Amino acid sequence: MARFELSRRRFLTLSAAALGATALSGCDRLSEAPGFQDFLSSAEWLTYRAQRLLGSGAPLAREFSAADISRDFRVNGTRMPESDEYAALRENNFADWRLRVDGLVAHPRELTLLDLKNLPQRTQITRHDCVEGWSAIGKWQGVPLSAVLARAVLLPAARFIVFHCADTLEQTLDGTGQYYESIDLIDAFHPQTILAHALNDAPLTVGHGAPLRLRVERQLGYKQAKYIMRIEAVDRLDGFGRGKGGFWEDRGYEWYAGI
Amino acid sequence: MSELLTAPLKQPAQRPKRLLIYRHTRLTRLTHWVNALCIAVLLMSGLQIFNAHPALYWGEAGADPSEAFLELGAEESKNGAESGFTRLGSLTFDTTGVLGLSENAAGEPSARGFPAWLTLPSWRDLALGRRWHFFFAWLFAANLLIYLSAALVSGHLRRDLLPGLQELRPRALARDLAGHLRWSFPQGEAARRYNPLQKLTYLAVILVLLPLMILTGLAMSPGMDAALPWLTEIFGGRQSARSIHFISAGLIAAFVFVHLLMVLLAGPRNMLRSMITGRFAIRIENPHGQV
Repeated sequence: MARFELSRRRFLTLSAAALGATALSGCDRLSEAPGFQDFLSSAEWLTYRAQRLLGSGAPLAREFSAADISRDFRVNGTRMPESDEYAALRENNFADWRLRVDGLVAHPRELTLLDLKNLPQRTQITRHDCVEGWSAIGKWQGVPLSAVLARAVLLPAARFIVFHCADTLEQTLDGTGQYYESIDLIDAFHPQTILAHALNDAPLTVGHGAPLRLRVERQLGYKQAKYIMRIEAVDRLDGFGRGKGGFWEDRGYEWYAGI
Repeated sequence: MSELLTAPLKQPAQRPKRLLIYRHTRLTRLTHWVNALCIAVLLMSGLQIFNAHPALYWGEAGADPSEAFLELGAEESKNGAESGFTRLGSLTFDTTGVLGLSENAAGEPSARGFPAWLTLPSWRDLALGRRWHFFFAWLFAANLLIYLSAALVSGHLRRDLLPGLQELRPRALARDLAGHLRWSFPQGEAARRYNPLQKLTYLAVILVLLPLMILTGLAMSPGMDAALPWLTEIFGGRQSARSIHFISAGLIAAFVFVHLLMVLLAGPRNMLRSMITGRFAIRIENPHGQV
């Protein structure tokens, strides 16, 4: 009887181990299946809808005091765009840099850094949350995106704003390694969504996205596009990069990064 | 737990009589297994997400692992050998092979917080880990809401899980604890109910730890931080919320370990059957008077 118990116990243990191993490799196999990835991704729509419902009054992301500013604001992603075009702009301290605002707008614009600084400004001390898990608090200064869009005047068909950047984060043959991002119009017209040219009272360093980067404070770090060259109003996102609305989105990350 | 069924006796008449009682309702069983699935996926995909920045901080912000109170990492010694370490405050432990540095699928040592066999997916993929995590987070929250509402309405929470004052007396708790430590569990009539420690543990998990996971999870979301700023503030900031999320996940993992151990010790067949069919067998010493 004891012998039988022992072998049965061993059998159960082995079965449990085999079941566990099968479940683990099964999960890996599921992870690789595009259909299953799409299935998992359906939760993003739910999160987007739920957060847009909860945030329907366009609440502001929390703002902090000067004492809360992180001593060292971590640089992430591109540290130095490699293109000759960017190098030339940087050498000239961005005096020749122009922000193109076009797409589905009534009045396409080309704005200098000075033009942007002469528009209404907003300063905010906010927390930057990286998708990796860390956070840093910094003081951003810039022009609300709404002020720029108001001057270009969106056409009724416009649904998203796409940000074209100067940096290539991944070398690819088809050019899809170029950084870009996109947001909906709710975030585009949110009062804290600014085109920032200064961090902690100093012009943006190259690491932080000089001369201009996006701050869209209710979303994660990868939405805060750096080295912005062009802003385009569009009605759909599938024509850019690999069609998911951003560099990291094209590599599996959520387009709605409010979570 | 009121319905009684008698099972045919296989043993001689003087042996204790085996009674099958109806222990778990269909809803309890269903939500239990959905919850078990969700917790397994959430723990493993959570470790995948943690591995993207295997360090924990207190307060609102934190980005430099050297300032973290908990850090998993890999370092190279002077002779070129790589090792994994776990640092808790000022204490550093060599955890090569498990934490900080472990073998990848190809069998090569790679720098990663938790090892491949504990993460979902097993390879490093933060994006996919997040997809798993947020899908099952919704399922987990919906399942918990259904269970808690039903448990409140049906009286399951009050009747079966809330301990009576008698059970909370120090002497009763001490006796129950001593029984657990001897690995001896209530038999017969007493086995119809959960014991006091069991009730307290289940309540702590159901009413504290599981909701805490949802709340600290939401507190980390920048979108929620704007919509419900007090939620992040009550946990002492976003990085504190992240640390509490990790610690309560650890407590849930510890609960699952003890829970499975108790199931094994108390009779896995009976326990498993009761959570699948609802029928739980108890032994009655004196079967006289039974129908």
